[in-house]
Amino acid sequence: MSVERHSLEAPPELVARRRRGKVFQYLCLSATLVGVVTLVVLLADVLIDGVAWLTPTFFTEFPSRIPARAGIKSALYGTVWLMGLCALISFPLGVAAAVWLEEYAKKGWLQTVIQTNIANLAGVPSIVYGILGLAVFVRWMVPFTGGRSVISGALTISLLVLPILIIASQEAIRAVPGSIREASYGLGATKWQTVRHHVLPNAMPGILTGTILALSRAIGETAPLIMIGALTFIAFVPDGPRDQFTVLSIQIYNWASRPQPEFQHLAAAAIIVLLMLLLSMNALAIWLRNRHHREW
Amino acid sequence: MPTIRVSANGEAALETRDVRVRYGNNEAIKGITMEIPRKRVVALIGPSGCGKSTLLRCFNRMNDLVPSAAVTGEVLFHGENLYADHVDPVEVRRRIGMVFQKPNPFPKSIYDNVAFGPRLYGRPPDLDDIVERSLRQAALWDEVKDRMNDNALGLSGGQQQRLCIARALAVTPEILLMDEPASALDPIASAKIEELIQQLVEHYTIVIVTHNMQQAARVSHYTAYLYIGELIEYDDTNTIFTAPHEKHTEDYVTGRFG
Repeated sequence: MSVERHSLEAPPELVARRRRGKVFQYLCLSATLVGVVTLVVLLADVLIDGVAWLTPTFFTEFPSRIPARAGIKSALYGTVWLMGLCALISFPLGVAAAVWLEEYAKKGWLQTVIQTNIANLAGVPSIVYGILGLAVFVRWMVPFTGGRSVISGALTISLLVLPILIIASQEAIRAVPGSIREASYGLGATKWQTVRHHVLPNAMPGILTGTILALSRAIGETAPLIMIGALTFIAFVPDGPRDQFTVLSIQIYNWASRPQPEFQHLAAAAIIVLLMLLLSMNALAIWLRNRHHREW
Repeated sequence: MPTIRVSANGEAALETRDVRVRYGNNEAIKGITMEIPRKRVVALIGPSGCGKSTLLRCFNRMNDLVPSAAVTGEVLFHGENLYADHVDPVEVRRRIGMVFQKPNPFPKSIYDNVAFGPRLYGRPPDLDDIVERSLRQAALWDEVKDRMNDNALGLSGGQQQRLCIARALAVTPEILLMDEPASALDPIASAKIEELIQQLVEHYTIVIVTHNMQQAARVSHYTAYLYIGELIEYDDTNTIFTAPHEKHTEDYVTGRFG
């Protein structure tokens, strides 16, 4: 170490260190590319297969044995019904649960147990919710739900998204600064007034974003809906929550599992529609988040 | 220890008796007994962690919001113990207002910030008057009267803090608790707050926590020096800063530690 160096040029030892850094950088890049390239190939494949089949009649026709006459009307209506009901059921439940956990619950073992369970429920395979839905909503609650109906499906999917929605809402509520709560309590506001006027309005953009992202996860769910018996060949649209239904994901599954190439194209076209729905929901979520972005 | 005695002639706005605050096993306030005279400014000074903010928060039960905090002893307000079972903390906080260290206006309009308090109790018909009067009292009216619907977060830090003071005044408290109200502000904004305190004391009792000893000397009538949860000395501000009885106080106010 006594050798005195005058040049600031990299010594061989540093060149070797830099080389190792570069290797790691390219390893990370290729890991990223695996995901991105696969996605692009998949999208391109689906687009090539399906775009030509995206005709107006595709949206206005019911499924059919004859590929040229088959459409997604019932599946599209079913998906909209399912998502709408699911939002109506899960949003109030999820937000209320999050408010209780964040603002009311005393920190203690009960809260910890509930919190841990919610986190675990968010990781339960969706088919398990399907089995639960079949037993509870389709069979046991048949006088109310009408059996294999839209409402049974919506209740099942609601159970599936609730943990995600609760966790997202809790995070949004936690992001509301404590100083705002203090200001409100300091003026003589009750807990409810504080939640109603400050916590919820300020957390709402985050809650809505979380809700939409949770629903966009649910829109592609197939397994639990097959489990509760959403039919695959339905030539009518639901008139009410107690009607039978099908959804896009099930329609895709059904078409994709048929041998004829025309049905493969139909499946691809339906996938495009589903992806468009999903992307617009995510875009809405991003727009909401940015519009309400706030500096404290 | 020299202390301020005013209760005999009924002039105490607040009176504490052996107040103790415990966070878990840690006692932050170790039995403080003191009186806050009516329509005077009392400064609480002391090094960081001495419990001055904790003590201040006992005066309007803000410590209730910290789940681990346990308060014992009595805080008397008009002879009534704030910690008695029948007392509702929400009502306490309306009567005894608070201004915080960091300006914390609501992300709403200037008008709605001030109107929030009065609206909590119903729909006052003279809301516009209350808002104007409060803003005038907080010396902010002239600066904001033409933009009452602008978002309060667009105001400068000093204006935001005066807005917070106006907001606290709008619910007509008798006592105003200020937790280092100027520490987040620049010197000019800080001077405005001090000037304001001197005007407000004509109508309100003010208890102010401050790190800034010059500020305590300038604005307060009485100063209490706290050290690790104990009240070391409480006297006329002049006495505390020029001829304190306790060596410990003298060391602190002359800047030998803290």
